[in-house]
Amino acid sequence: MNGAAPAPADDLLVRVEDVEKAFHRGEEVIHVLRDLHLTIPRGEFLALMGPSGSGKSTLLNLLGGLDRPTRGRVIVDGRRIDRLSDRQLAAWRARHVGLVFQFYNLLPVLTAERNVELPLLLAPLTRVQRRRHVAAALGIVGLSHRARHYPRQLSGGEQQRVGIARALVTDPSLLLCDEPTGDLDRRSGDGILDLLQALNREHGKTIVMVTHDPHASARATRVVHLDKGRLGTEAPP
Amino acid sequence: MGFVSWLSQVGSVTKLSLETIVERKGASAAAVFGIAGVVAVFVAVLSVAEGFRRVMTASGDPSAAIVMRAGSDTEMMSILYGTGVRVIDDAPGIARSASGPLACRELFVVINLPRRSSGMDANVPLRGLGANAFEVHDRVRIVEGRRFTPGCNEVIVGVGASHEFAGLDLGAELKVGRNRWRVVGIFTAGGGLPESEIWTDAVVLQAAYHRGNSFQTVRVKLASPDSFDAFRDALLADPRLTVKAIRLQDYYAEQSRTVQNLITGLGTLVAALMGIGASFGALNTMYSAVATRTREIATLRALGFGSAPIVISILAESLVLASLGGLAGAAVAYGIFDGFRAATLNWQSFSQVAFAFDVTPALLAQGGGCAILIGVIGGLFPALRAARIPVATALRET
Ligand SMILES: Nc1ncnc2c1ncn2[C@@H]1O[C@H](COP(=O)(O)OP(=O)(O)O)[C@@H](O)[C@H]1O
Ligand SMILES: [Mg+2]
Repeated sequence: MNGAAPAPADDLLVRVEDVEKAFHRGEEVIHVLRDLHLTIPRGEFLALMGPSGSGKSTLLNLLGGLDRPTRGRVIVDGRRIDRLSDRQLAAWRARHVGLVFQFYNLLPVLTAERNVELPLLLAPLTRVQRRRHVAAALGIVGLSHRARHYPRQLSGGEQQRVGIARALVTDPSLLLCDEPTGDLDRRSGDGILDLLQALNREHGKTIVMVTHDPHASARATRVVHLDKGRLGTEAPP
Repeated sequence: MGFVSWLSQVGSVTKLSLETIVERKGASAAAVFGIAGVVAVFVAVLSVAEGFRRVMTASGDPSAAIVMRAGSDTEMMSILYGTGVRVIDDAPGIARSASGPLACRELFVVINLPRRSSGMDANVPLRGLGANAFEVHDRVRIVEGRRFTPGCNEVIVGVGASHEFAGLDLGAELKVGRNRWRVVGIFTAGGGLPESEIWTDAVVLQAAYHRGNSFQTVRVKLASPDSFDAFRDALLADPRLTVKAIRLQDYYAEQSRTVQNLITGLGTLVAALMGIGASFGALNTMYSAVATRTREIATLRALGFGSAPIVISILAESLVLASLGGLAGAAVAYGIFDGFRAATLNWQSFSQVAFAFDVTPALLAQGGGCAILIGVIGGLFPALRAARIPVATALRET
């Protein structure tokens, strides 16, 4: 072997090729991402950093099939998702990605376990099977004892754990977290980062985490910076 | 995605919506109360018109008929002469008693009397009645004093008129033009129209108003309601007569058509205005109930739920809330106005009929339909909006 061989194609979970994303606001066209290339190997914990408004969420949405690029290809797990219809994308999201939001986005009228159960309603599972999956996910995030609590009865850190359990419950290969500690104090944030790190190391989850907190990005295996729509890489810590 | 899994998605997300109705108590209760209010108002207002129509068609003795000159639309315009009137007495189908055929010749003039309340003059009918008046008008009862004596300047006064107009007390003397009349009795007529009239002997009234031997109408009591056709046909066929016969019911219906249209029109207008106002209120609560869920809807969509199943589930929830509101509103309307309906059955008078509420099943159904409409509009539009905007945009907005 001479030199570092490029990772074999099936070791790349995500390939973003030549992507451009523009939004129209009235007459004005906002070019958020341009000439963007990014590959994410399986098992990576990638931190995506950049100033506010630099397009981090926009990129994460493209990876998660929440939006489509204006140009270019987005390939996740061997599948091109940039040309799927809304309906196909919805079905794809339900199976292949777990989404974690800054403000948790739990349904306030549902208990923790029913929030976690939501994505499973889209899978062909029996009630008993769903229950087993929910219990396992709540166990992983350490919230089995809060299963019957409503979001309003939980702390921010606990609510985010419920959010992560909901992202995990379908056992997706890719976890996408948009500023998951952005609304938490340092201590709860650290707990969440510990959890994400464990998911990456022990459960083999590939994680993309948007953050602008260096303390958070320090946990990642790789950090990329997004600025003015282009990526710059930084060596892992 | 297969149709079956799509259906099961609709099922599970709808179940979720319905289960959480109780959890969203505030918003749910607001929507239910709002819609209940609309339905109650809608049903109540329309029940006035409905009550009037109902009693108008049901009131009036079906075996009573009135004969007027052909071509006249009202009693007032009719004139019948003594010779012709005698022919009517012999027509088939008229009930008879020991005192002869139950056909009462009548004429009337309108006099002016001051109202007790305001002192302002108003029209009061002064009716002259011939033989068998009290057998034909069999609901008339003297409650004070006695009947008028034929040939004397005596009147009896309906309780309504007696209450309404000054100088109509028992024993009082009534001056009209050069004529003097003494009030010798007060009568009731089962709440009917005669209660607002003044009655006297036909012959005396003819003399006082220079009417010769003419009358305006003949009011007859038929042997049975079925006798009417034979009675009418005989009168029409008789070459000596140019008259028409109308069932009393139809006459009243005809006379009250304008009033009825007015009430129905006004009632519908008021109901529509109040309904629109109240609907906006109900719509608004419904709308904001769904709108505050924009974030939840965005989240569900991000997780992979389809837009259509979400819209369907919210529509189902709105319909359940609307149905609950509709039922509550209908129950309130029925409960409150049931009493008014009893009053109508008791009195069956025109004055009261005008204010009688009749909450019919048809009205309740219309109220229900109105509730469903509000439910659909209030739920569908915000849900459609929330489900239509791109997921990424929806997530940013929340
Ligand atoms: N759906 C959208 N419509 C219009 N403009 C958008 C939309 N999404 C993002 N943008 C714009 O794109 C830019 C990048 O946004 P975003 O990806 O949210 O940035 P970041 O997450 O890095 O703060 C911003 O200027 C934002 O206003
Ligand atoms: Mg962002």
